[in-house]
Amino acid sequence: MQFLKAAVAAGLVVVTFTGTSLAQSKPSELKIGITTFLSGPASVFGVPAKAAAEMIAEDLNKKGGIGGVPVKLSFIDEGAGGEALVSNYRRVVQDEKVDATFASISSGSCTQLVPVAEDLKVMNFMWDCGAASILETKKYRYNFRTQANGTPEMLAVLLYLLKTKPDFKTIAVVNQDYAWGRESWEIFSTALKAMKPDVQVVAELFPKFGAPDYSTEVSRLLALRPDVVLTTSWGGDLDTLVRQAGQRGLLQQSTFVLGIGESSIQRLGKDLPEGLIVGARGDHWFLHPEKKNDAAFKAFNEAFKAKTGAWPIYPVYHMAQAFKALQTAYDKAIKSNGGNWPTREQVVDATGGTEFATGFGRPITLRPEDNQGLEAQLVGVTKSVPGYDFKLLDNIMIFDPKMITNPAGVRSVEWLKTLKPDFVKMDVPTFKAQ
Amino acid sequence: MNSTLAILAILDGISYAALVFLVSVGLSLIFGVLRVVNVAHGSLYAFGAYLAATFSLAIAPISPWLTYPALLAASIVIGVVCGGFIERFLLRPLSGQEDVLQLLITFAAFMIMDNLQRLIWGVQPIFAAEPLRLLPNVAVFGVSYTSYQVILLPGVALATLFGLRYFLRRTLLGAVILAVTEDREASTAIGIDAKRVYFVTFVIGASLAALGGALASPTTSLVPGMGADMIVLSFAVAATAGLGQIEGTALTALMIGLTRAFVIYLQPEFEVLVPYLLMVLVLLVRPFGLFGAVQVRKI
Repeated sequence: MQFLKAAVAAGLVVVTFTGTSLAQSKPSELKIGITTFLSGPASVFGVPAKAAAEMIAEDLNKKGGIGGVPVKLSFIDEGAGGEALVSNYRRVVQDEKVDATFASISSGSCTQLVPVAEDLKVMNFMWDCGAASILETKKYRYNFRTQANGTPEMLAVLLYLLKTKPDFKTIAVVNQDYAWGRESWEIFSTALKAMKPDVQVVAELFPKFGAPDYSTEVSRLLALRPDVVLTTSWGGDLDTLVRQAGQRGLLQQSTFVLGIGESSIQRLGKDLPEGLIVGARGDHWFLHPEKKNDAAFKAFNEAFKAKTGAWPIYPVYHMAQAFKALQTAYDKAIKSNGGNWPTREQVVDATGGTEFATGFGRPITLRPEDNQGLEAQLVGVTKSVPGYDFKLLDNIMIFDPKMITNPAGVRSVEWLKTLKPDFVKMDVPTFKAQ
Repeated sequence: MNSTLAILAILDGISYAALVFLVSVGLSLIFGVLRVVNVAHGSLYAFGAYLAATFSLAIAPISPWLTYPALLAASIVIGVVCGGFIERFLLRPLSGQEDVLQLLITFAAFMIMDNLQRLIWGVQPIFAAEPLRLLPNVAVFGVSYTSYQVILLPGVALATLFGLRYFLRRTLLGAVILAVTEDREASTAIGIDAKRVYFVTFVIGASLAALGGALASPTTSLVPGMGADMIVLSFAVAATAGLGQIEGTALTALMIGLTRAFVIYLQPEFEVLVPYLLMVLVLLVRPFGLFGAVQVRKI
């Protein structure tokens, strides 16, 4: 009898604990750790993105949060860099016990934090960094990229150039001398060589990151007279280059291609002439041709403008994409768990292969083979439009991500080398500004 | 490289050298007199640029030509307020103590000012090009240059160089500064107020840093971190010239400007290395800099 009582008690304990592990209790809050630049030159992206995260979290919580749980944000300054960034990331994951992280803007930060997230078994969304190589070299379980990477971003810009200015013979590049400046040129030039091998590269200029003066580069380009000048610079560097080039007539002499120039358009105002090709680093633009009349999209843009004084730029949309991906993954995991709150592992399982609607562009799929986001790419040309004190994008093309992203398991540069001149003939819809 | 490109490179080099000189000379002057390596110099440059842009943007609607006095006014305000504060309340209390403390306190000032800059002016790039737009472009061999960069900036740099020479060698206050630089104890013994000399020198040096920033503001975007970049370059120029050497700073700035310009035309991948490569080469051969002299230490 004694034995029977003990066996029943033991059975009850087992059932109780097993039951607990299957039906995770709903937490009081869903904690998200976000790395973003709050200091240094890249804070031109990081600070608007932080404002967007706060705005989105507030809105989400007003609507009941994710799966009925309010979200709570912790921010880490990427500007600290190096070991300080890794330590802070570990602190937020291990001490604050965040449920997910969004890291990071810089590809350098992503390269550092991705293995740490994997080690700590915390789900991480690379929400803005562009280096394609991170997900090409290793398969991760806990790391996902909720946007495109540098390969489709640069390829879309090149395809736009080849479609709209097919007869150019010479090109020069002026990129910042750091990883992105070098890698983006490698992507662009490899694809250019494959699709239009007769183009001559007349100058490859990589001025120092943060250079205050481009006079000599501008003089050299004025003397060389290339048909096309490409720059994938950003922030103050891009603003300075465009203004110094404009003051001396270079923008009028050559066709300028601003690979990720969307984020500078509002700041450059009237200094940006018409006819420059501008990439948006994804499928977003505050007057997106397929979404500009959507009430929720307009409300988001106007709320952001009211909060910060400027229309959203790409890091704002990238931040929003990370939230949309998280919300979709949790909803999916809750549904698969019979309506109960899922474990972290169940959320990770649900995230791979997820397709999520962004609300401001076409849906994005997190490719299950390598967790890479497949995002369309929007590219346009600058145009003056009455009612705006800065240029808008006209003749917008939106490129299908399945066409311009390298297949999973194939390195970007190797894939780009296989492209043929016919690749440019792909059918892409074009939208007029007004 | 043909002669046309060589002339273009020389013009570019002179234009860049003018700006580099204006930023570096204040650092060199402060070290020459106070023997302080002022790490906050980059912040004074950045504050000068931001305040000049603020003044310019505010005054341009009234009259664009008033933006020029606005640049000067901004430099003086930053030199007197920020420079004066740093010397009086941060450096003077450490007078006579170990040099490393002065280095640390100016580094602390740099960090504080860097954050203050973000609080006051935010993180979005600011651009105030009105002074540059007022002047016409000039064409050299079919290549367009702005008069601001190839005429005005070198002109101001030359005026600063000769103005400083005149001030230090032909005026009473200049003579007093040189006397304190030469021998502080002896000059104090004959009634010179060394503390006042240090204060005035620091304010002049800080104003020159701010003037460099103010004059750069119409040509470049003002962004967080701009001060840090400039302090590194300024140190390279001042160290190559020999700390405290004003004429040497001018010649070194010219050397760096010209070499950099030719490198961009011929081997652009080495552009970033130029100032530091020159510094290393010079210091290996002449540890006190191109124009520095061996110092006799008093025991």
